[in-house]
Amino acid sequence: MAGAFRLPAAGRLDAGRTLRFTFDGVSHTGLAGDTLASALLANGVHLVGRSFKYHRPRGILAAGAEEPNALVGIHRDAARRTPNVRATVQELYDGLNAVSQNRWPSLSFDVGALNDLAAPFFSAGFYYKTFMWPRAAWERLYEPVIRRAAGLGVAPDQPDPDNYSNRFAHCDVLVVGAGPAGLAAALAAAEAGARVILADEQPQPGGSLRFESGAVIDGKPGWEWAQETVARLAAKDNVRILTRTTGFGYYAHNMVALAERLTDHLAAPDAQAPRERLWQVRAGRVVLATGAIERHMVFPGNDRPGIMLAAAGRTYLNHYGVAVGRRVAVYTACDSAYAAALDLKKQGIAVPVLVDARQAPQGGLVEQAREAGIEVLAGHAVTGTRGRLRLSAIEVVPVAGGPQRRVEADALLTSAGWTPAVHLFSQSRGKLAYDAGTGRFLPGTHAQNAVCVGACNGTTDLGMVVEEALHAGAEAAGQTGAQARGATARPEARSPEGWSAGIAGPAPGAEAGKGGKAFVDFQNDVTAKDIAQAVREGMRSIEHVKRFTTTGMATDQGKTSNLHALAIAARMLDKPVPEVGLTTFRPPYTPVTFGALVGHGRGALFEPTRRTPIHAWAEAHGAVFEDVGQWKRAWYFPKDGEDMHAAVARECRTVRQAAGIFDASTLGKIEVVGPDAARFMELMYTNPWARLEVGRCRYGIMLREDGFIYDDGVVGRLAEDRFHVTTTTGGAPRVLHHMEDYLQTEFPHLKVWLTSTTEQWAVIAVQGPRARDIVAPLVEGVDLSDAAMPHMSVRTCRVCGVPARLFRISFTGERGFEINVPADHGLAVWEAVWAQGERHGAVAYGTETMHVLRAEKGFIIVGQDTDGTVTPDDAGLAWAIGKKKTDFVGIRGLRRTDLVAPGRRQLIGLKTLDPSIVLEEGAQIVADPNQKVPMKMLGFVTSAYWSENCGHSIALALVEDGRARMGERLYVPMPDGTIEVEVTSTVFFDEKGERVHG
Amino acid sequence: MVEAARRTSPLEGRAFRGHGIVLAPAAPASRLSLRAAEEALPALSKALGLSLPRRPKTSAAEGGRAALWLGPDEWLVIDEQGADLPALAAGVSALHSAVDISHRNTAILVSGKRAEEVLAAGCPQDLCEARFPVGAASRTVFGKAEIVLWRTGKTVFRVECWRSFSDYVFSLLEKAARETM
Amino acid sequence: MLLIYCPYCEEERPELEFRHAGEAHIARPENIAGISDEAFERYFFIRSNPKGIAYERWRHIHGCARFFNAARDTVSDRFLATYRTGEPKPRLEGEGQ
Ligand SMILES: [Zn+2]
Repeated sequence: MAGAFRLPAAGRLDAGRTLRFTFDGVSHTGLAGDTLASALLANGVHLVGRSFKYHRPRGILAAGAEEPNALVGIHRDAARRTPNVRATVQELYDGLNAVSQNRWPSLSFDVGALNDLAAPFFSAGFYYKTFMWPRAAWERLYEPVIRRAAGLGVAPDQPDPDNYSNRFAHCDVLVVGAGPAGLAAALAAAEAGARVILADEQPQPGGSLRFESGAVIDGKPGWEWAQETVARLAAKDNVRILTRTTGFGYYAHNMVALAERLTDHLAAPDAQAPRERLWQVRAGRVVLATGAIERHMVFPGNDRPGIMLAAAGRTYLNHYGVAVGRRVAVYTACDSAYAAALDLKKQGIAVPVLVDARQAPQGGLVEQAREAGIEVLAGHAVTGTRGRLRLSAIEVVPVAGGPQRRVEADALLTSAGWTPAVHLFSQSRGKLAYDAGTGRFLPGTHAQNAVCVGACNGTTDLGMVVEEALHAGAEAAGQTGAQARGATARPEARSPEGWSAGIAGPAPGAEAGKGGKAFVDFQNDVTAKDIAQAVREGMRSIEHVKRFTTTGMATDQGKTSNLHALAIAARMLDKPVPEVGLTTFRPPYTPVTFGALVGHGRGALFEPTRRTPIHAWAEAHGAVFEDVGQWKRAWYFPKDGEDMHAAVARECRTVRQAAGIFDASTLGKIEVVGPDAARFMELMYTNPWARLEVGRCRYGIMLREDGFIYDDGVVGRLAEDRFHVTTTTGGAPRVLHHMEDYLQTEFPHLKVWLTSTTEQWAVIAVQGPRARDIVAPLVEGVDLSDAAMPHMSVRTCRVCGVPARLFRISFTGERGFEINVPADHGLAVWEAVWAQGERHGAVAYGTETMHVLRAEKGFIIVGQDTDGTVTPDDAGLAWAIGKKKTDFVGIRGLRRTDLVAPGRRQLIGLKTLDPSIVLEEGAQIVADPNQKVPMKMLGFVTSAYWSENCGHSIALALVEDGRARMGERLYVPMPDGTIEVEVTSTVFFDEKGERVHG
Repeated sequence: MVEAARRTSPLEGRAFRGHGIVLAPAAPASRLSLRAAEEALPALSKALGLSLPRRPKTSAAEGGRAALWLGPDEWLVIDEQGADLPALAAGVSALHSAVDISHRNTAILVSGKRAEEVLAAGCPQDLCEARFPVGAASRTVFGKAEIVLWRTGKTVFRVECWRSFSDYVFSLLEKAARETM
Repeated sequence: MLLIYCPYCEEERPELEFRHAGEAHIARPENIAGISDEAFERYFFIRSNPKGIAYERWRHIHGCARFFNAARDTVSDRFLATYRTGEPKPRLEGEGQ
């Protein structure tokens, strides 16, 4: 027998399929199909955790996702330690290892329980009031102590080794919840031919039919009907059934997020299998069949282990074959708990008393209970409970007053009624309507194409549930245009139970405040008294009460408690419930792992890693790479024993002495084609383009409309109607977007088209005095002489036998060529260039050397030397603005008062007086290092390097009135001392610019 | 003179075959980004030997050459035999823009009965046959990359993407393909 | 995730294919170089940001790549209309009083 409390004649599990598991190191046996909770209960274990604030012993309250108490850690291995797992949801597998949380040193003896004795200090609003001052105490005292004590469970300290998945899905009808309502709706929709997705959080569909023993549908026991219906649905091509799948978020335009748990129930999951899968479902129509959640009774001592929801007790009995006690009392304010008492009695469990808070309960179930010999105490209240770590007795008094009676019981089932699970409906922005007659919030006005059926819609009679659901399913299918293939036969459905209204707020007797704490929210340890105190202290809206007391703010989001809290506040304020307001439901319905949300986007798939066609060569030649946006770029090429400094110094020296070869493929490229291409260029760039000759290039600056530099690059004119535009590596997508924006919406009259060619071309830059010697043998059909092909020109030709665009341009200040060849040929052409280069003593160089060489020449890098507040004039590029132009994007922005006022920060060069000191990029610059703090900042360093070619460090900086400060001494205060600098021109090398011409 | 430089495809050597799914890089092809207004379509269609499609999310194919509608004035022309497409377009005087993007894109062939489902791991469009029939083509996204998706058969899709994204796209396809549903 | 009807693709597509592009119907002044500071402020900086019906630009950047305009209720996220660039604001029911 798998547990002393397992009943051989009850439940649906196979007694032959036993599983071993441990809880806090103690071995137990359960059955296949058990949850951890049912298996623990079968072994008589009720104490499973300690509460959050008071560390009170807690047991299992529920049998499903709404469980607030039974949170445990599941430890598979060192890296797989999941905290805060609801024992009522975790399926048992062989070897499962669970540990209790929130206790020290042990579950049965916990030091933190002293908090319970100090409870008066932990009253509502405690955190707000107590820790306000003194401020210094926060850092030294409060925060460390609170941090140690706070939190539920322990987060794993290793990276998550599991993998997660994502699927987009589309359907005509999405049905969330596969109880009787969901199954009927799915069946009707599917039989009408609609594409249906049916999702249910349980491993087996069936919903309330797992415990509702009296339900009969189509002449069969409800559970049997459910399983047959599932089989019918599963056989259809147009239906996808997702079990162990929670609909946790309802977003705009009928997108519902589902979390499917794939391996948490397996003893030895396949390493390839994802642990969870996020489904992003777009549905034509959504059928919400999310059921209802039972509320506990609020009375003193209602949190003792052994006290649980009536339907949970029935579920353990009827589905798992587990008795939750030997003597099980019932305390209720509604009818459905009577069915629990009857089911227990039928299985031979003693039911010493059924306490009903109502004065005169009536109806079939009440009579049946009396007939079965159960003592029904109507108009009575439970005012206290006994037992240390487990219930041993309850105290009962007549509500109207009278002697107290003690009843021995080792378990107590309670039910205050059913709260429709309107969470997803509410997330869909549907408006709830309060039904005063039944004291329930029900779906009111829908905001999206959805319908609610069954218990979540307030329908409590099983026959009506099935009828309503069939109708909704067929209607949903019809609405999305599915061809009706005949109506679904309507099965007769009946159940003796009606989930009629109960009570919200404390049961009679709980408000007296005697006999112990009456809990509203178990997970956050909020009592009825706390809620009342919040109202007394001035909280008027439920949103304020919630934040003041933290009720409903735990991981269960108050599934069992919200309505109780609301009712207490409403009563205190003497206002109707809807006026106090219901707290907003937000996703997720139940906790979702970060893994599920991230899906595939981890590790190598976190984002695309882009590599150039020449990447493999760089890798083989020892390049160190740096990330530039999504690109991997060769940063420098260290030789044996070289550090970065040495490698970069060698590369820089060699480029200027011989030549260097550089992979510039990541540079953004846009082909601008059409008869109005030049006119378009005139509008997009500050420079004049109309008279740029075919075959020539120009450095262009692009502004935003506000006048600040947006991007830059060299543009070559290939034909009257065709430009080859280059952009910065990082700017490529946004520059094209910016151009398309103007072309499509402001200048649609221009006959021109834009095409990204960034990846069409591999770009090999050859720079240095020997550049032409290296390139020449590979080029066909072009005169490379300075006269025929001067600096800033472009030719279409063949290089290494493949079509190419050859640019004579330079970002180093040396004679330079950039060879563009179709990308698939890039590697081969690079190798050919390299072979030529080696003969001439060339190096391969990376982005660091590229940066140093351009800084030696004072060439800016947009985004490094500019920050979105720099004008062309600030950057010393006023020459690039076409003075006669009457329009270009940014022309008006440039004339704004602040942009032409004196005192703007201008780009200048800096030399450190100690030539060996390299400034830090971003360092602030001041005129007087001895002034009082806060100092007046004149500007900051934008680029700084060791220049091997100059023999001293160099820097570019944006400094207030910088160009008027040539030769001035300024200061860069750093944590370990002040650095003295001299303002210089931005050009540090070859000031006359003669080298580019050869 | 040096002999013509060899070609290196970005997905050389990649392949995956799993239950109900095969992933394979497509052979090199020539490709044209064609932009034109309505008036130029007859002349361009004639020059290309196929009828440029005018309806969204459609394509036209003719003997190894296809034109995919990407936008109201934009087509992706693919020639699997490697024809000189820019030269064909150059003969048309009607206003248009033709840009060679043969090497910008590369393609992955996704085939098998799980093709739709594997693509659904990253593509948010509804790919069922009713909504995305054989011949349908669309620019869309796959995970964090932009792709052009073209359904060439009931269970065959061609995924075009920029070459530097192909490793990511292939890897994500492969991860989804390795999962059993 | 929104579902947006692209007036060029003539069908609803997932938001992932689109990029929002700010308020619609703000035309770049003809003679922009000559306008006053106030006119430039109105054009470049001032946006209406209404609660309710907003006219906004979207680009089907990972689809047909076209910019287009939309009227969206910022409270319900419902699209009342999407229309092509250059077309006038549509007349919408329940608006403009
Ligand atoms: Zn579109």
